[in-house]
Amino acid sequence: MTEATTQPGRVLAADGTPLKRSLARALRMQKIRALMLVAPLLIFVLVTFIAPIADMLFRSIENQVVKDTIPRTVEALDSWDPHSTELPPEAVFAALQADLVEAVDQKTHTRLGSRLNYEYSGAASLLRKTGRGVEKMKAPYQEAFLKVDKDWGDLELWRTLYIYSPAYTNGYFLNAVDLKKGIDGPEARPENEQIYILLFKRTMFMSLVITFSCIMLGYPVAWILANIRARTANLLMILVLLPFWTSLLVRTSAWKVMLQQEGVINETLVWLGLVADNDRLILINNQFGTIVAMTHILLPFMILPMYSVMKTIPPSYLRAAKSLGATNWTAFWRVYFPQSVPGIGAGSILVFILAIGYYITPEIVGGTDGTFISNRIAYHISKSLNWGLGAALGAILLGAVLLLYYVYDKIVGIDNVKLGG
Amino acid sequence: MAVLTTVPRRPASFYVPVVAAFGAFVGLFVGTAQGSGPLGILGGAILMGALAFLLTHAPLAEKQLRWIVAVVFAIAGFALAGLSAGIIGAALGWFFGWLTFWLFEGRYRAHLVPYLTPGQVLWHYTFRVICGAIFIFLITPILVVLPLSFNAQDFFTFTPEMLALDPAGYSLKHYRDFFTNSDWQNALRNSLMIAPVATLLSVGFGTLAAIGLSQPHVPFRRAIMAILISPMIVPLIISAAGMYFFYSRAGLQGTYIGVVLAHAALGIPFVIITVTATLVGFDNSLTRAAANMGADPVTTFFRVQMPLILPGVISGALFAFITSFDEVVVVLFVGSAGQKTLPWQMFIGLREQISPTILAVATILVAISIALLTVLELLRRRSERLRGMSPS
Repeated sequence: MTEATTQPGRVLAADGTPLKRSLARALRMQKIRALMLVAPLLIFVLVTFIAPIADMLFRSIENQVVKDTIPRTVEALDSWDPHSTELPPEAVFAALQADLVEAVDQKTHTRLGSRLNYEYSGAASLLRKTGRGVEKMKAPYQEAFLKVDKDWGDLELWRTLYIYSPAYTNGYFLNAVDLKKGIDGPEARPENEQIYILLFKRTMFMSLVITFSCIMLGYPVAWILANIRARTANLLMILVLLPFWTSLLVRTSAWKVMLQQEGVINETLVWLGLVADNDRLILINNQFGTIVAMTHILLPFMILPMYSVMKTIPPSYLRAAKSLGATNWTAFWRVYFPQSVPGIGAGSILVFILAIGYYITPEIVGGTDGTFISNRIAYHISKSLNWGLGAALGAILLGAVLLLYYVYDKIVGIDNVKLGG
Repeated sequence: MAVLTTVPRRPASFYVPVVAAFGAFVGLFVGTAQGSGPLGILGGAILMGALAFLLTHAPLAEKQLRWIVAVVFAIAGFALAGLSAGIIGAALGWFFGWLTFWLFEGRYRAHLVPYLTPGQVLWHYTFRVICGAIFIFLITPILVVLPLSFNAQDFFTFTPEMLALDPAGYSLKHYRDFFTNSDWQNALRNSLMIAPVATLLSVGFGTLAAIGLSQPHVPFRRAIMAILISPMIVPLIISAAGMYFFYSRAGLQGTYIGVVLAHAALGIPFVIITVTATLVGFDNSLTRAAANMGADPVTTFFRVQMPLILPGVISGALFAFITSFDEVVVVLFVGSAGQKTLPWQMFIGLREQISPTILAVATILVAISIALLTVLELLRRRSERLRGMSPS
């Protein structure tokens, strides 16, 4: 025995293999077994969730439609200098005619039109109009095209075509931050077309206001829950958990009922005579409505992490500080508050992450100036059908959220998320 | 806490002004409702101050006095503006009777440490009032929806008949509409068809994965965890957009299976979180003991491990169910008219044709969530008991 233990390499397991190798094998088996258990779910999530997200990210740079619809034109246009003040040579027009004849045949020219329309307004109708007579066109094609519509003589149109001919583009992302893809790189959009930066700023600002209001309202509640008799605390906890468990739409409709012009709050104020009947407060369909409703909806997400942190702070610390001569305020601010900061941090990041991606509540109570970037994404996907731009906006939002998620994971640890006490 | 020092009765110069101040506050509301605010303040202050003084100097027992005040106020309210005012009057009378003696007998100090200064005592109660206000903020929307769902009119506000507690002001017609309208019934059926299947999928996969993740040696644990939790973190609109594109490519957009898969993915983080949390307290020597006695891994799982982690699995299932049952953004994009769920129908109702049937549905959903919350709380207690039993 002594010989075996002094030479670690020689220790043998029961079946005669070296113990080190036997242990390594057992560990490997354990790892494989754990992975086998995780694998089905991992594959499921990768297919049903991660792949769709990746697909969306891909759409934000994908630009195949121009190249696929008019391949010859794209090739011919390659030799054209977009800086020149002359229209592309006849060869380009000839290629365009040939391409369009094929495209009309397969009815893909309208798709190209709507794609170009995002960058050059009027392109959709231009292509539809051209598509009707393109088959009967005779050389010289440049004249023939100009005869159909003089827009074909517009240099801007050709520059747009030139810029958006590659299969991948950063144009959607530039549009999403109020820039425009020009021939020499990004250009600023005219003032009246800038909406997205404003929308991002508003989303950030309102999420911050909501987070801050949640801290202000959540802190006292968490404190009292953590410092009251357990029986009472359990009862009060129900008041926090009940809204948390109630359907989001129920709560949003409740706020709609409360805040609208003929709503409960206005009726009460009018009844009390604090507000004139013809001068009711506008509480809904603006930023105020969104902030109030979302603060209410997200408040439990702030209270629960704060509560679980405050629960671990011994109340004797406060008493000790006071017995050493601290005033109430000093004891709280120098002793209790610093220890509760992790709870505030966890709650704030959680609320902020949830707030910047909210869609339903701003859609219902937000009106026009209380909407978030998510509402714009939904608009592009279901109404304007500019999917690329919607995807680019989504990608930026996703980037912001993932950054916060990373911070949250570093500070709190993702497996420490508490759900309902 | 034992009270070591006896609390003396307070002088009239303390409690009379305080009660008068409360009286002024209530008087403001009564006054503005009746026409003149300042008059209400003055009247309320004088009336309540005098009442406080009289009560504490009356030769009757406290209990009798408080009953008398409540009844007198109730009658006064009833005479002034009917039944509901009578109820408010009774509540006010009870409150002022209680307040007067609470202050007079010094009861407000009974539960506090004796060395607090008056300022600290004031802050103590102010803080409680603030917290109470926040709790009311949390709960009001639900409390408002509940009575309004019994409205006899198609309004979203309290009608005069409702405020007067007139039975004619209340009806069950919105509930009747919910149970007879085919739109709502279809939506309910769709919700009930989608949510349980999605829950089953996420609980099945999720429990297995949570057990795998709780093994001592899991390679890439952090990364896997981050991926599995991500459906909870990624904004719903982004998930919805991505799924819309991807599922249309796969031909799943607008199908039942597509919606179920999407909802299952959204429910998985909740199952993972709750089940891993339960497994933290699980004693692994129990499975070793079972194996030692000759049980194969499947038997061990179903006979030893599963019963112990069942509370966590069920609460995860409840979370997954409610996620699917409440979900509206993803189903708006991934589903089509054939998969219109209850939240979807509510969303349409809120945006376009506002109908109070929504409030009836909301009340039913609140009742469901209360039921689920109760089940969850019972499970939590049970799992705490079980955890106390097994050695850790």
